[in-house]
Amino acid sequence: MSRRLFLALALAVAVALAFAASPYASSSPDGLERVATDKGFVERGKLHKAQHHSPIANYAFPGIDDPRLATGVAGFVGTLGVFAVGYGVARAARRTRT
Amino acid sequence: MHIPDGFLDPDAAAAAAVVSVGVVGYSLRRAEHELDERRVPLLGVTAAFVFAVQMLNFPVAGGTSGHLLGAALAAILLGPWLACLVMTVVITSQAFVFADGGISALGANVLNMGIIGALGVGYLMVWARHVLPRTRAGFLAIVAGGSWLAVMVGATATSLELALSGTVPLGTVLPAMLGVHALIGIGEAVITVAAVAAVMVSRPDLLTVRGLGRRAGAAPAVGGAA
Repeated sequence: MSRRLFLALALAVAVALAFAASPYASSSPDGLERVATDKGFVERGKLHKAQHHSPIANYAFPGIDDPRLATGVAGFVGTLGVFAVGYGVARAARRTRT
Repeated sequence: MHIPDGFLDPDAAAAAAVVSVGVVGYSLRRAEHELDERRVPLLGVTAAFVFAVQMLNFPVAGGTSGHLLGAALAAILLGPWLACLVMTVVITSQAFVFADGGISALGANVLNMGIIGALGVGYLMVWARHVLPRTRAGFLAIVAGGSWLAVMVGATATSLELALSGTVPLGTVLPAMLGVHALIGIGEAVITVAAVAAVMVSRPDLLTVRGLGRRAGAAPAVGGAA
């Protein structure tokens, strides 16, 4: 398998998981949320001002009524977006060498 | 394990942020030397994969869920310093776009879920590679142990920050965090071993940083290269 094919496949697997599997992920509180609830400090958590208008808050893509589809689209867009940011950071870090 | 804003006091959040900014800044300098042309897309793909799998919460005991952190996986694929950049990209994107994890707590989250696992456990895995049998099974045992440990050390750091912030006593939060994350860490280990094994059978040369993967790539019975 060529390196380029491998990377394309790995990215495709990531996008597919985020789109198709994330709507079926557990929605139970995670470890920290569970501990915060049990130990009585969960109500201290709050959104930062900069997060009041988060583009894809709670991993639900805006404007999509079906909650599973909203999560899947958020995963699809988010995974490709994070790839682009990671690629861009790596490209920029490498460029500073010259 | 994403800390929202409000859990940490400003001093603790600022101290963690200073550490994270320093480490990430140094990671960028390291990246100038460690990032060859081939690894530029690999860094992007690793970040995308970590982000995607972080969305896949799996159930653990008692109505609780956990998800992959991915720092150990990134360290195995890219080495400890580039893994810090991967985790910073993922956690920062989550905070600003998905409102997952706080903004003032961003430095703490990058430290707990990224830097500690990538650097601390990453270098521990490199060291373990030198002392344990250099077989494929030995390598995967290091991967499993390292990824479990990264979750536990991250949970410990989170507990310390919460206690230093006066949010909850350490004696209360630490056993609770370690108890639940011992289970979540098993999920981390299973996913990380599966991902690393998939890379080993298809492109073992991708595991080539800092002696960790070079020997894995040279390990016997790794098929499907080239």
